[in-house]
Amino acid sequence: MGTKISRMYMPLAVAATLAMALSACSGGTGGGTEGGGGGAASENLDARGPITYVQGKDNSEVIRPLVDKWNAAHPNETVTFKEQTDKADQQHDDLVQRFQAKNGDYDVASVDVVWTAEFAAKGWLQPLKDKMAIDTTGFLPATVEAATYKDTLYAAPQTSDGGILYYRKDLVATPPTTWEEMLAMCPIAKEKGIDCYAGQFAQYEGLTVNVAEAINTAGGTIVDKDGKATVDTAEAKAGMTNLVQAYKDGNIPKQAVTYQEEQGRISFEEGKLMFLRNWPYVYNLAKSEGSSTVKDTFGIAPLPGKDGPGASTLGGHSLAISVDSKYKATAKDFTAFMITEETQKFYATQGSLAPVMESLYTDAELVAKLPYLPVLLTSIQNAVPRPVTPFYPAVTLAIQQNSFAAISGTKSVDQAMTDMQAAIAAAGSK
Amino acid sequence: MSTQLEPGAIPGRKTARKGGANKEVGQDRKEKTQGRAASLLVAPTLIVLAIVILYPVLNAVYMSFQQDEGLDPVTGSFVAGGFAGFANYIHWLFQQCETPTGPASCPPGTLGAQFWSATGVTFFFTVVTVFFETVLGFWMAVIMARAFRGRTVLRAAVLVPWAIPTAVTAKLWFFIFAFDGIANSVFQTDILWTGSQGPAQAAIIIADVWKTTPFMALLILAGLQMIPAEVYEAAKVDGASAWQRFRLITLPLVKPALMVAILFRTLDALRMYDLPAIMTNGANGTTTLSILVVQQIRVGFNAAAALSTITFLIIFIVAFIFVRFLGANAVESASGGAKGKMK
Repeated sequence: MGTKISRMYMPLAVAATLAMALSACSGGTGGGTEGGGGGAASENLDARGPITYVQGKDNSEVIRPLVDKWNAAHPNETVTFKEQTDKADQQHDDLVQRFQAKNGDYDVASVDVVWTAEFAAKGWLQPLKDKMAIDTTGFLPATVEAATYKDTLYAAPQTSDGGILYYRKDLVATPPTTWEEMLAMCPIAKEKGIDCYAGQFAQYEGLTVNVAEAINTAGGTIVDKDGKATVDTAEAKAGMTNLVQAYKDGNIPKQAVTYQEEQGRISFEEGKLMFLRNWPYVYNLAKSEGSSTVKDTFGIAPLPGKDGPGASTLGGHSLAISVDSKYKATAKDFTAFMITEETQKFYATQGSLAPVMESLYTDAELVAKLPYLPVLLTSIQNAVPRPVTPFYPAVTLAIQQNSFAAISGTKSVDQAMTDMQAAIAAAGSK
Repeated sequence: MSTQLEPGAIPGRKTARKGGANKEVGQDRKEKTQGRAASLLVAPTLIVLAIVILYPVLNAVYMSFQQDEGLDPVTGSFVAGGFAGFANYIHWLFQQCETPTGPASCPPGTLGAQFWSATGVTFFFTVVTVFFETVLGFWMAVIMARAFRGRTVLRAAVLVPWAIPTAVTAKLWFFIFAFDGIANSVFQTDILWTGSQGPAQAAIIIADVWKTTPFMALLILAGLQMIPAEVYEAAKVDGASAWQRFRLITLPLVKPALMVAILFRTLDALRMYDLPAIMTNGANGTTTLSILVVQQIRVGFNAAAALSTITFLIIFIVAFIFVRFLGANAVESASGGAKGKMK
């Protein structure tokens, strides 16, 4: 190559190389997918053999003993346990990649309640009906509803979770049962120089949880049964207004827009917050952590609602079987084994994971170990799953960005809900 | 390489290359066979680069012309979208979304509505952080270049922020800028650092400048040490003031190294992801293009591929402008410096 030409193209080449090297890592992941389940859903239904079970990090050693127990009893159908990271987003991305490859790498997977609809619509999950049917009698209805898409069960509820209200029983004798009652108690907090109420209002998934609770509690919904957006109703606006007004009035402290679960918990444990909406995990920490100043002075109650308990958002995981699994009979038996009453008790005692079977919430042995169970039961009985839609990632962004704008006052409630409605509708019409 | 010393050159120091003027004995005869051997030796590298860089980039471009899967309203299943033409690009560049009533501009709260704001935020972060990093980095480099006691300790200390992984840095500053964090208690303020736009952007800029100034300082320091001490001595003898020495000797001689440093930092800053992702999760006007790409990947691959292709083109244009117009010298140094830089 002549020097002249090389000098001319040199900048171009250097620029291209730099740009490629620097942007390659942000390039797209995976390839195109084919929609629909095809014939895979009716294949391998009777096949038995070794399978793989996958879920997020097993922090409290719950899964390994169970898998060992299963393997001891089924030497020809052993289960290999694959542990993912403990970050929900990364678990989601890992599952998407594996399912998309359609190679049956993962036979049984633990999926977050909000992913079920997306995975089912992509045709990655085995419908749990006919030969593959799983018995869910005695399960809390909300947990089954969250695992159902288009009237078909796609996953077996495994563990559950719901929001509860932590309050200071040394400051308020009886916990508030309605939102208005709670706000009426805020002057007590003001007198003590502490904050009144906080949940999770930073712009992330937790905000969707809290906004969904506010909207559902006020009688509104986010999407209807067909997945159409319904946030421009008067009820939904009323729910949003409750949060916006409480923030404006200072009943929700101004720093609450930076709160995720942990910031609220720490503030509550330091005695700087009177009411906290959080998950059950806070209970044991607030009781036992050295830095907690409210060990003996806090109580728990169902979330405050309109005229009774509020509508909690449902958390938890379900077990789904991959449509490309080669040994579905084994996968089904293992799934059933992972949700028996005995296994659920083990989840609760070993990992503090709330059961999905209603009867266990009044089991004396479990209640002695996890005293919050009766309150949590009320919470989950009134729980509403987050929007069951295959476009959940886009829907949750639409909720987060518009409700954050409303709470922080850069948008009126009306404008925020109109935008949210349009954004959810746009998410579903690609 | 030339083995001949030019008049006045210092022994041991490489002299400037003079094209192909000084040929060694036998060089012409060797050239052909060497060329073949060289291409054989280079081939494995080229193949690896083609697999890890060229293929993903080309595949992303291919995907960007495919439609994302759509939902069949009757069965509730996704169906393949097929060829999209430029629809994905139009979606981003004109912020057009499909809505139930046909194409319209993307409503707030969708990713499509954020393309231009994310581009603006990305360039804002790039310009501001690179400016501060250059100024502070230069200052640090000038200090580090001096001979004084404890120089090695200072150099090591300055490098610490650069040695910390960005994710850790981000978490560190996340705690510092928490409402009851160090920043607020030291300055006796109650600013919601991550809760509103101005402070959130400032927080990210501060964290980025803290983290990357040492890198800048290091590259500039390398440039400073290339300047022979004799030049300064001669200038002193001629009575040049400190400012004159800096402006007329240091600046022009360090310019190639400086341009390379700025080029790298600019390209690096244009793809900023980890700091805003961890500190604010893209909230409050801190969504950069890279964050938008990652959020879009969870919603639809093909539109994400179009967005990363657009990002690639933007970075390409910026890199081209730098290399072509802001200093031909940077070309040669850049291709040399690149080897050491790739992470």
